[in-house]
Amino acid sequence: MIRARSRLNTLSVYAVAYLIFLYAPVAVLPLFSFNDSQYITFPLLGFTFKWYAQLADSQGLQNALINSLKVGLSVAFLSTVLGIFAAKAVTRYRMRRSGLLISFIMVPLVIPEIILGISLLMTFSVGGIKLSLITVGIGHLMLCTPFSMLVLISRMEGFDKSYEEAAQDLGENAWWTFWRVTFPIILPGVVASFLLTFTISFDEFILAFFLAGTDATLPLHIWSQLRFPDKLPSVLALGAIIVMVSTVVIFAAELIRRGGVDLGNKSKV
Amino acid sequence: MPSVASEQSLVSRIQLRFRRSEAVRGYTLLSPTLTIILLGLLFPLMILVTLSFWKQEYVDLIQTFTLTNYADFFRKKIYYLILYRSIRISLLVMLVTVLLAYPLAYFIAFHVKRNKMIWIILVTIPFWTSYLLRVFSWKVILGYNGVINSGLMSLGIIAEPLEFLLYNPIAVVITLAHAWAAVAILPIYVSLEKIDRSLIEASRDLGESAFMTFIRVTLPLSLPGVIAASLLVFIPTVGDYVTPSLVGGTRGIMIGNIIQSMFGKALNWPLGAALSIISMITVTLVVCLLLGATQLFRKKVA
Repeated sequence: MIRARSRLNTLSVYAVAYLIFLYAPVAVLPLFSFNDSQYITFPLLGFTFKWYAQLADSQGLQNALINSLKVGLSVAFLSTVLGIFAAKAVTRYRMRRSGLLISFIMVPLVIPEIILGISLLMTFSVGGIKLSLITVGIGHLMLCTPFSMLVLISRMEGFDKSYEEAAQDLGENAWWTFWRVTFPIILPGVVASFLLTFTISFDEFILAFFLAGTDATLPLHIWSQLRFPDKLPSVLALGAIIVMVSTVVIFAAELIRRGGVDLGNKSKV
Repeated sequence: MPSVASEQSLVSRIQLRFRRSEAVRGYTLLSPTLTIILLGLLFPLMILVTLSFWKQEYVDLIQTFTLTNYADFFRKKIYYLILYRSIRISLLVMLVTVLLAYPLAYFIAFHVKRNKMIWIILVTIPFWTSYLLRVFSWKVILGYNGVINSGLMSLGIIAEPLEFLLYNPIAVVITLAHAWAAVAILPIYVSLEKIDRSLIEASRDLGESAFMTFIRVTLPLSLPGVIAASLLVFIPTVGDYVTPSLVGGTRGIMIGNIIQSMFGKALNWPLGAALSIISMITVTLVVCLLLGATQLFRKKVA
């Protein structure tokens, strides 16, 4: 008994240490973003908001932010719609080889992003398509659709088909059954998918690097600033904001997805 | 009784018809997503293969079939050496990430009683936040005038900054092990969670020690998760170029950097395409070797 307790403690200590390893590097960004020094070194010299104030003046940053929002919101919307279609197809209809088709849709997850990036770049170039925010969005759509589908499949598997059948038996057509029964039940999954894919697109760098034209997204803007040492503190400030916002959004998405409304699961239990 | 038979066949025909229409509706619903992936992934990959057999002359692409790019890979030692280094670094990343992740996944699966979900969310959050910024933080932490060096110096532990922290393969391994942690933890956790607890109890009741129970029951049963985690970390890290270019220095350059430069300064798309394909084939071969090795290991244990 005592030995079990001590093993548990070692593991708990390890788990806490691991979390520190995960979070400490991220915590560096906000810590030094308030430091009143050009250099990112200890000791801390004093508290300042000036790096944040500097951000507000940057026109390039504001453009990049708007570009990232445009791409992120469009990609989140499209990939979630595609995810709903695909998830409904594989969970509600008996199809031959649906497993194979699902793995096909998942392929973008196991292909290195650089390969996806250059393949799309060459395709656009050969096809004479000019690089723009749209081409970035297309790249992000490849990356986000599999995630949407995964989130929504697990949501749709979780609830009982008979709710939909009841609606149909009572005379609703497929369209209204979807909007009045299916959609409200899978709503947590839809919200989670939207938030998740928005964050993926908003933070994505590698595909944007190859596929953006003259309009920079936020990560591209950050990348361009890394070359200038005097810009580093404001990059830290920007990074701190992005990490904070992403963390809140993802936490919300995960809570909604994993907690959600347990309407459907009752029948399973 | 012919009427019963025909009735049966009618029923089965209707069922078949229904099932077929059900499948048709399923395929219709799936088709937009499939089309997008087909156009945005499969088609571009075909273009990649095609271009790898073309040739670049200054800014023009010469569209005649040639094997020059592939020949270049074998002729110039540098590409071969860098690919070899990338594989080695990624294997090391895989090993470190999975070894670090396993105890944590074990902890969440077996020792966390309430709020497992919170632990899982805590572990996944850093994975979703900006990859570029996480790599950048490591550069700031490990740098010559970075957080670790200045911290240790202001504490009086060292007099001179440590130079070995940044710009080497180890910095790449640390940064990538951090970046891909969640990807390793989740599949291991899932496979541990699935293990039937009574098997472990049975082993203990039959007199095996806790350690031997782990080696002979828990570990083999969690192997699928470990394999999934390994592959999910290994495959994407081979092509990474952000981490090597920010923290790797010249000794940490990986094949991703070379491929990227072919689409930038070096401007040789066909060679870049050929190098990508060679890398993917090599990665596939290494993956097959790994899977073969685990198969052998399994047979030995069983």
